[in-house]
Amino acid sequence: MPDGRHEPEQAIAGTGMGGTMDLGVDEAETLEKRPGPDGTGPGDRPRSLWSDAWRDLRRDPVFIVSALVILFLVLISLWPSAITSGSPLTCDLSKAQQGSQSGHPFGFDGQGCDVYTRTVYGARTSVAVGVLATLGVSVLGSVLGALAGYFGGVWDSVLSRITDVFFAIPVVLGGLVLLSVITSNTIWPVIGFIVLLGWPQLSRIARGSVITAKQNDYVQAARALGASHSRLVLRHIAPNAVAPVIVVATIALGTYISLEATLSYLGVGLKPPSVSWGIDISAASPYIRNAPHALLWPSGALALTVLAFIMLGDAVRDALDPKLR
Amino acid sequence: MGRYVVRRLLQMIPVFIGATLLIFLMVNVMGDPIAGLCGERQCDPATAARLEQEFGLDKPVWQQYATYMGNVFTGDFGTAFNGQEVTELMSTAFPVTIRLTLIAILFEIVIGVTLGVVTGLRRGRPVDTGVLLLTLVVISVPTFVTGLLLQLLLGVKWGWIRPSVSSEAPFDELILPGLVLASVSLAYVTRLTRTSIAENRRSDYVRTAIAKGLPRHRVVVRHLLRNSLIPVITFIGADIGFLMGGAIVTERIFNIHGVGYQLYQGILRQNTQTVVGFVTVLVLVFLVANLIVDLLYAVLDPRIRYA
Repeated sequence: MPDGRHEPEQAIAGTGMGGTMDLGVDEAETLEKRPGPDGTGPGDRPRSLWSDAWRDLRRDPVFIVSALVILFLVLISLWPSAITSGSPLTCDLSKAQQGSQSGHPFGFDGQGCDVYTRTVYGARTSVAVGVLATLGVSVLGSVLGALAGYFGGVWDSVLSRITDVFFAIPVVLGGLVLLSVITSNTIWPVIGFIVLLGWPQLSRIARGSVITAKQNDYVQAARALGASHSRLVLRHIAPNAVAPVIVVATIALGTYISLEATLSYLGVGLKPPSVSWGIDISAASPYIRNAPHALLWPSGALALTVLAFIMLGDAVRDALDPKLR
Repeated sequence: MGRYVVRRLLQMIPVFIGATLLIFLMVNVMGDPIAGLCGERQCDPATAARLEQEFGLDKPVWQQYATYMGNVFTGDFGTAFNGQEVTELMSTAFPVTIRLTLIAILFEIVIGVTLGVVTGLRRGRPVDTGVLLLTLVVISVPTFVTGLLLQLLLGVKWGWIRPSVSSEAPFDELILPGLVLASVSLAYVTRLTRTSIAENRRSDYVRTAIAKGLPRHRVVVRHLLRNSLIPVITFIGADIGFLMGGAIVTERIFNIHGVGYQLYQGILRQNTQTVVGFVTVLVLVFLVANLIVDLLYAVLDPRIRYA
C-alpha cells in the first residue's frame, strides 16, 4: 500500500508460543514437541517452528510463485543487461510515443526512450530501495522495540509516545516536506526517509512480541538461573519473538517499493536521469491518450513487484502462525 | 467516562506538540522559507535580512514555534506568501477534502464490510478465494496507478466521467476519486472484517443465538457483526487521518483543489505558513478521530467500560 500504513491483521503476535521448551541444547533450533500439522506423531524427530514453516512453505504454491518472481526481479536488477541491449538513457525523439515494433516490444515513451529497457532497469531502483529500507527499518525498529518491551518502565512510555508522534504524520506528506528540500539524486535520501518514518511500525510489533515472549516459563527459569540480560534477550526471547517481525517486514518491503514510486511520481523521490518506475509513470501520464503503453508497462511491473512481496509475506505469515490454520 | 476523556485529551498534548514540532522543524530547518518569497531568483542579502526580521525568522527555532502555536490557538494561522490568509485557503480546501474523505469512508464501510461478511461466512469457498485475491491485487497496485488507469478507462476511453474535477467539486464528481482514495483501505477493511467474522463465527454466543432459533440475518447482523466490528472501527478511525493526508496523490491526479492540492503547492513553493498550518489541522483531525474511535468501543461492546 502506497503510504506504508501497516497491515491491520494483528493475528501474528504470539507466534511460536505455547509448548515451546528451550532445552539449551541448540540456541537456534528451539526444540518443540508437538504433533506435525499433517498428523505425524510425536515420536518423529522434533521439529522447530522454522523447519515446520519451511516444510509448509515448500508446498505452498503462493510462496513458490512469489519467490520465483522475486528471484527474477533480483536477478534482473543485478544484471539488467542480460535481457536488454542498449541503455535506458539512449532515446530517439523521432520515435516518441510509437507503439510496439520489432526489437522494442513495449514501444517508446514520450521522449523516444525504449520502454522495455527502462522498465527492466527500473527494477534495480525498486528492489534496492525496498531491500535496504526494510533492512534499516527492521534493525532500528526491532532493537528499539525489543528494548522497550524487555525493560518496560520509563523507556517504554517514552518510546510509545514517540511512535504515536510518528504515526500522527501522514507518510506521503512527511515525504514531500522532507524530500522536497533535498537535491541529491541518489536512492539514499528516500531510504533514509522511509527508515525515519517506518521504524515505529516495526518497533510496535517487536515490542508486543517481546512482551509476550518474556512472560514464558522458560524465560523466568533462565532468569532464575542467573542469566544476564543479553543472554535472556538474544538466546531465549529473540528466537521466539522474531517471527512476527519477519512477517511484517516482508509485507512492508512491498509497501516501501510502492512508496518510493509514489514519491518519485510526485517529483520528490528520485528525479531524472535516474531510472525508476515512478518517474516513468509520472512522465507518461500527460501522454496517456496517445501512448498508454508507456504508462501501462512500468505500472504493471510495479504492481507485480509489490504483489510478489505482499504475497510472500502472506505465505510466510500463514506458515509461521499455526493458529491461523 | 468523563475522566477517561480528560486523560486521553491530556495524553494527546505531547503527541500533538511532538508531531507539529517535527513538521515545523522539517519545514523551517531543512528548507529556506525566505527563498520561496523571492520566487525563482536569489534574494539579495539586505532584503533577506529584513524579511527574516519581519517574520521573526532570526529568533531561535523554539521561540518561533512557541509564537506560531500561540497564534494558532487564537485562530491566526498566519498569511501565505501571496498575501492570502491561511485560514481563507483552509475554508476553501477543507470542505472539498472532507467531501472526498466522506465518500471514501462510505465506500470502505459499505463495500468493505459487506465483502468481508460475505467472505468470512464462506471461508475457503471460491467466492472467498476470489475476493481475497482481488484484495491482494488492489493492495499491490499503488494508488496513483489505480487512479491513472481508472481515469484513462472511465474518463478518456469510455467517457463516463469527466477526467478532472471542477473547482466546486460537488459530490457526484468526487465518486470516482473517492473510490480511488478508498481502494487500498477498502481491501484492508474487507480482509479485516473477513478474519474477524471467521474467528467469531464459531463462538458460543453465535451458537446460542442459532440454537434459540433466531433468523440468520439477525444472528449475522446483531450478534456476529456487532462483535466483529471493533478491529474494523479501529482501522477506519485511524484511516480518516491517512485518507486526508493521502489525498495528495488522488487530488493531484483528478485535479481536485482540496487540502492535498494546497499542501503540494505549498511544499513546492516552500510556503511555510500554508504547510505547517494544514499539517497542524491534519494532525488534530487524526488525534480526535482516534479518540472518537476509542469511545465508540464502549458503544459496540458493553463489556468495555471507561472508569
